[in-house]
Amino acid sequence: MRSLRSRLAPYWLALPGGMWLAIFFVVPMFFMLSLSLQTGDTLNGYQQTFHWSTYSDVLSGYHVQFVRSIIYAVIVTSLALLISYPMAYWIAFRAGRHKSTFLFLILLPFFVSFVIRTLSWQFILADNGIVMGPLKDLHLLPQDFHVLATSFAVICGLTYNFLPFMVLPLYVSLERIDHRLVEAAHDLYAGRFAAFRRVVLPLSLPGVFAGVLITFVPVASDYVNATILGGTHTTMIGNIVQTLYLTNNDYPAASALSFTLMGALLLGIFAYARALGTEDVMQTAAAR
Amino acid sequence: MTVTEGGVSVADGAVAADSSAQDVAAIELVDVAKDFGGGADSVQAVRQVDVAIRPGEFFSLLGPSGCGKTTTLRMIAGFEEPTRGRILLYGDDMVGVPPYRRDVNMVFQSYALFPHLSVYDNIAFGLQRKKLGKSEIAWKVQQMLEIVRLEGKERRRPAELSGGQQQRVALARALVNQPRALLLDEPLAALDLKLRQTMQVELKRIQREVGITFIFVTHDQNEALTLSDRLIVMNEGLVEQLGTPHEIYEQPATKFVAGFIGTSNVLQGVVDRIVGARAVVVPADGEQVLVPATGLRAGQQVELTVRPEKVVIHAGGEVPAGERSAVRGTVTDVTYLGTSTTYTVSRGDESELVVFQQNASSPTAAARPGDIVWLSWLPEHSYVFASASHDSRSPDTAAAS
Ligand SMILES: Nc1ncnc2c1ncn2[C@@H]1O[C@H](COP(=O)(O)OP(=O)(O)O)[C@@H](O)[C@H]1O
Ligand SMILES: [Mg+2]
Repeated sequence: MRSLRSRLAPYWLALPGGMWLAIFFVVPMFFMLSLSLQTGDTLNGYQQTFHWSTYSDVLSGYHVQFVRSIIYAVIVTSLALLISYPMAYWIAFRAGRHKSTFLFLILLPFFVSFVIRTLSWQFILADNGIVMGPLKDLHLLPQDFHVLATSFAVICGLTYNFLPFMVLPLYVSLERIDHRLVEAAHDLYAGRFAAFRRVVLPLSLPGVFAGVLITFVPVASDYVNATILGGTHTTMIGNIVQTLYLTNNDYPAASALSFTLMGALLLGIFAYARALGTEDVMQTAAAR
Repeated sequence: MTVTEGGVSVADGAVAADSSAQDVAAIELVDVAKDFGGGADSVQAVRQVDVAIRPGEFFSLLGPSGCGKTTTLRMIAGFEEPTRGRILLYGDDMVGVPPYRRDVNMVFQSYALFPHLSVYDNIAFGLQRKKLGKSEIAWKVQQMLEIVRLEGKERRRPAELSGGQQQRVALARALVNQPRALLLDEPLAALDLKLRQTMQVELKRIQREVGITFIFVTHDQNEALTLSDRLIVMNEGLVEQLGTPHEIYEQPATKFVAGFIGTSNVLQGVVDRIVGARAVVVPADGEQVLVPATGLRAGQQVELTVRPEKVVIHAGGEVPAGERSAVRGTVTDVTYLGTSTTYTVSRGDESELVVFQQNASSPTAAARPGDIVWLSWLPEHSYVFASASHDSRSPDTAAAS
């Protein structure tokens, strides 16, 4: 039956992607879920004991880092949005034929390893580095002033590292806005600000949504910035997972912590999508 | 914003108000030009436009694609600043005033409806920016929805409407603000033929209903002739002619206009002599074309035009009599079209004349291909162009510049 075959075609097309997801995502997930409910150690092996209290243990043990990670992610995402929006707006509306040049410049840091980029921030922010050194020599800063190992340094590093994640979706959504809509708004007595607020901003919301999503999630679970730029008071949940897994070999605790983080993020995203009315936002995007 | 003189002088009575409103043009373009880009690759989109549009008029800018119509309209709206010249809205110079402070509204070619807003919010947009009260806005929008016949569609998004309905929303969104002039850039171009014809009628009805000055851009001569009170024909950034549809059609001022509007026959000849108010032009031996003598002198080389439906074909050896223009040729093609017949007549100098003949109830002798026939028409049906197309603009614009 031809109609049946053609109706099945989309599923066949989805098969490779589906297999990929199944093998590299769903299966490890189940593996990790089961691992998080096991007890034992590396010497004597692990047994499946459905030990749910691992979850409450890691939550009570690491809730400080947990909350800190979320707070950092909120701050970093907000900063990235504030910095990126004007940048993306300018490139989309004002850069004319140089659009791709500017986009390339924004992507340029991506060509350097994440770790190297973060290390160079360590170099810049060092206690007697190229910024602070001269300022201290001139007695503009006290000798014991430091930035490294503070929340400030970690947040700076994270914002810098994840900025392109925010700029690109914003740029894409702004670039798609038909300039005649802005002209129509001006024609209907909207000044620059009103035209922005009533036309450009609402039409760029799908980009804001996407940007916030793909920035927030990796920032919340990042461990590189806190490792290189942070100190003992800036440890994030990513660092804990790393330590539990690689140093302590406490696989159940690491898995439980990862799952808790994932659950929290999924819940947050769901609430965020509901609040922003994704349906509506996505429909607007699709309607164009 | 200033008030129109017509509006101020209410106490002086209707006559005074009327006469001053007559004097002040709704929109006046004085020696307006627009170049895009500087230096070597600059484009002269508009070379010179002088025109005064009367209040309440349905005025069209007609011309082929790329002749500068949109640019002219965008200068009136304020999206482009003219390189030279002045744009007056009821006497006030608009140059330098941003679009959001100009009391004119535009219907964009692609409608440019706000996709994220409902029909209601699209129409209310301008009124909300003007900070009108909620109930007043609701009332005006409702009234507008009735005028454009979109009642009950106010909750829809633009994407949920047909092309014709979107067109009406675009119209309503602009008209609801009761602008001093409504600018329309080829608003019907995206619609299919049938809908376009319906919307032409609708546009005219709406314009009569609201009494707002319409400035209508189109490249469709039928549309312009049907809808306009007056129009200009533009070509390469210049005004070729200003006039009523009748004047433009019957008395094309330039060869360009004659060629662009409908089908025209163009003849060349030398002015032989002036007889009273008539000049006698001789295209070839034994032929004569009578035209108004104004501005002509004997010996001058001229080009003139006559519409195909004004020409009578004399078949069966008949010779035209009376004071008529008369030329001769060989019939090369006869196309029977039911109510009329189209003849193509070839002349000695390789030029061709097209003749439309109504098929009367008692048919006279019909010409057949190969026949040598006389063609004749009344003197008032042909017009002489001054030689070159561009330095021969219409009397109105020539006077203004
Ligand atoms: N923004 C612009 N930059 C450069 N050239 C332009 C611009 N807008 C229009 N032009 C040129 O000006 C001429 C007139 O354009 P336009 O006013 O759009 O003509 P029309 O509406 O009669 O088709 C065209 O040659 C067009 O290419
Ligand atoms: Mg155009």
